Amino acid sequence: MKKIAKSNLSALFAKINETKDLYVPVKNGEQVNFAAYSEEAEVDLTALKTVKSPKDAFFPQSENLYTCFNEQGKISITPEELQDKDFVVFGMKACDIKGIEVLDKVFLSEPVDSFYAARRQHGIIVGLACDKPEESCFCTVFGINPAEPTADVAVYDDEDFLYWNALTEKGNALTETLCDLLEDADNTAVENKKKEITAIAEKLPYANLSLEGWNGDALTEKFDSPIWEELYKPCLACGTCTFSCPTCQCYDIKDYNTGNGIKRYRCWDSCMYSDFTMMAHGNNRTSQMQRFRQRFMHKLVYFPANNDGMYSCVGCGRCVDKCPQNLNIVKVIKAFEKGGKA
Amino acid sequence: MQKIVERAKELLADGTVNRVLGWKKGDMCFNPEPAFFETAEDLDENFVYGGFCGANLSKYMIDASKLEGKTLVLLKPCDTYSFNQLINEHRVDREKAYIIGVGCKGKLNIETIKQSGVKGILNITENGDMLNIETLYGNTEMKYSDALLERCHVCKGKEHKIYDELIGESQDTSDRERFAEVEKIEKMSPEEKFAFFQKELSKCIRCNACRNVCPACSCRKCVFDSTKFDSSQKANTDSFEEKMFHIIRAFHVAGRCTDCGECSRVCPQGIPLHLFNRKFIKDINEFYGEYQAGADVDAKGPLTEYTFGDCEPSIVKERG
Amino acid sequence: MCDCDCHKNYNLDTLIPLVGVITDIKEQTPDVKTFRVNALEGGKLFEHKPGQCAMLCAPGVSEGMFSITSSPTNKEYQEFSIKRCGQLTEYLHSLKVGDQITVRGPYGNNFPVDTELKGKNLLFIAGGIGLAPLRSVINYVIDNRQDYGTVDILYGSRSADDLVGLDEIQNVWMNTPGINVHLTIDREQEGWDGHVGFVPSYLRELEFSNDKTVLVCGPPIMIKFVLQGLQEMGFTKEQVYTTLELRMKCGVGKCGRCNIGSKYVCKDGPVFRFDEIDELPNEY
Repeated sequence: MKKIAKSNLSALFAKINETKDLYVPVKNGEQVNFAAYSEEAEVDLTALKTVKSPKDAFFPQSENLYTCFNEQGKISITPEELQDKDFVVFGMKACDIKGIEVLDKVFLSEPVDSFYAARRQHGIIVGLACDKPEESCFCTVFGINPAEPTADVAVYDDEDFLYWNALTEKGNALTETLCDLLEDADNTAVENKKKEITAIAEKLPYANLSLEGWNGDALTEKFDSPIWEELYKPCLACGTCTFSCPTCQCYDIKDYNTGNGIKRYRCWDSCMYSDFTMMAHGNNRTSQMQRFRQRFMHKLVYFPANNDGMYSCVGCGRCVDKCPQNLNIVKVIKAFEKGGKA
Repeated sequence: MQKIVERAKELLADGTVNRVLGWKKGDMCFNPEPAFFETAEDLDENFVYGGFCGANLSKYMIDASKLEGKTLVLLKPCDTYSFNQLINEHRVDREKAYIIGVGCKGKLNIETIKQSGVKGILNITENGDMLNIETLYGNTEMKYSDALLERCHVCKGKEHKIYDELIGESQDTSDRERFAEVEKIEKMSPEEKFAFFQKELSKCIRCNACRNVCPACSCRKCVFDSTKFDSSQKANTDSFEEKMFHIIRAFHVAGRCTDCGECSRVCPQGIPLHLFNRKFIKDINEFYGEYQAGADVDAKGPLTEYTFGDCEPSIVKERG
Repeated sequence: MCDCDCHKNYNLDTLIPLVGVITDIKEQTPDVKTFRVNALEGGKLFEHKPGQCAMLCAPGVSEGMFSITSSPTNKEYQEFSIKRCGQLTEYLHSLKVGDQITVRGPYGNNFPVDTELKGKNLLFIAGGIGLAPLRSVINYVIDNRQDYGTVDILYGSRSADDLVGLDEIQNVWMNTPGINVHLTIDREQEGWDGHVGFVPSYLRELEFSNDKTVLVCGPPIMIKFVLQGLQEMGFTKEQVYTTLELRMKCGVGKCGRCNIGSKYVCKDGPVFRFDEIDELPNEY
């Protein structure tokens, strides 16, 4: 266990940034999002949740795949360089780290997505234990411990110090490079902090949410339920839930016309959008009810069916906080538990 | 609230309306959702109307106008402007709506409360002019008027512009100059303006919540949803993209935007999108005379009507 | 570049396409052309299995998933039969021999030619452009004739002019021992002395014995009535295979748009047995 005085954090960030890219929670107006570190950036480690999850660091909202030149009918293709520089994401919470494990199931399964794989290989995650879990949090429902981020380094914020606990080889290597700034510490403060966090986590309003009945075998029963008709109506068909979600991974592949060729990029997409499944001969999900159902069925039934029961939700509660019309996965789960209006 | 429920039940029972469009209790006191009710039991059990019922229900009436029979819709004073504008644009059917104008003393913004530093909110109760806030980390309080949505600070007034009947008292909650923020930006240098908007708009994640909630964005198929268009719905590689989206949208709703403020309410990144629309409203007022979209159901919008007194395009250059 | 092993997949990332050159174009019907595609240095772009698809892209126009219509037993090139019906296909139809396109793939599963179909009596049923994915299997079966039992091919189109690959059907398939071809067109036409009528009704007339394994592809309405007919004739859903077509983008089961139930059509399909389709939610 190591520690560093919080007053000395900018030195720590600067040191990391000397050899690696560094992403930290940065405040812009009233919103906090992960962004590249700079001396001017207003780093905010107190915000529990960034608006967008830090999945951006591994699966950017928009990224180039290749450039295609077309010169007098001769096509040449230059793939985008893969990430080959180490980078650190500082301050990820336990739920968001679990979110990356969910993305791993998608992008690291055959055929491996090399763009994502390269970022995973070069990314070092410094996880920050949740100082003050909030009412919309329900990570414990998915077996996540907000006091124990399963990162390369777990960090604890306690009054004047940040406590630093390397958990993996990558974490040890990073700690090595920072040995001038980190001092040895005992476990007492961290143990107390963990107890404090766990005590709050037990009191969270959604702590007892039950996922009973949501599994890969529940497909027909859940899919055919009339409850979806009751639930979807206020949905605006926007992508707020999708784009703030740490596990949503659907993407679109699009071209940007460069004049003498194209730049092909991919960008996040949302199953909530009307054109998501549209193709030349029609659309297989024409109603918003179907699209709404797809999102939750995917997270709570289809994904577990393909991934040994793992849900594609980590209980971060961003959709709970951010849905413009106050719909969310918790309300869906509760509505099914209650059996609809009946 | 009980009056609304009782009246809604009567209107359902006597067949005047087939359904009720209102708000349903959330699982927390601050997250009610828009909902349709078809039975008295459902109303008794789930209906709610309170400080957090900020959502403007007018736009849901576009779809409800296609349903069988009338829909009882609950509109706050400012929502009625949107509804009028939708009638004006032939998007909703007046005959399919039974409007109860509900009282409003300003609606609360949970984001504002959280941004004041309150964490882990479990319950919020109204206590006169104050809000008692119970949290995981102890209790606190806040003035009701400090927790209002931006739009309530520039309230258009307590009068409902269209209704079949009224239930409840309303009050004008305006305590800010409507165009003050716009004037502040107008005074900026071009460089400052650019920096301001770049900072705000670069936050955009292209979730389309602003467009989808906007009562003026009622096109059946939005140009940004066209699959033939390079930027259909999603983020593009070019940062210019976001600005194009918001600016094109602002132009498209100019003269029709009632300044209902839903765009800014729903933006997950807190972008003050209403500023674009309000700038247009201010300019329209200055060029064509005071005009409030949705105030009068039969009004012809200044941008859709030509008169000899209209200003010439050169005004842009003259004003600088 | 560092020496980490993440780069070993670099050129293998299936989102990065190869450049292909069009070496032959056959005009098969008024709106269907068959394109022969080779690698720039000659030969095939990749190996595939019967029923698999590939993403063809005209850079700057669009990209789409097409079934590979040539058999893997063809060692020289790959073919794609493409019906003109949208922006991309319109453009592809304007291309000439020597023009380049980009190709990525092969994607998806395949008809189980080496397992479940082996030794079976086969019945192919196709309508219109639906012959394209089956043609790959038919030619594979012809080239490995000893591995399969009897082969019946029931193929129909709107008119005689809309029968895709009539030349090959008449000159190759009809002349191969043990292969019975049954052609039909929707309406009477001058110069046509073959069968007239829709595929499902011809199927009933033909009274096939129900010991066959069936591979069917065509418009959804045809598939629906063919399946009905087959069931009335005593076939079970376990005996019938088809291919599904949905909006696909990535081709590798990650981008999410062809997800139905726990399946991704681009990766777990496009070939499904009908009893498997029954298990999917009704969204295809």
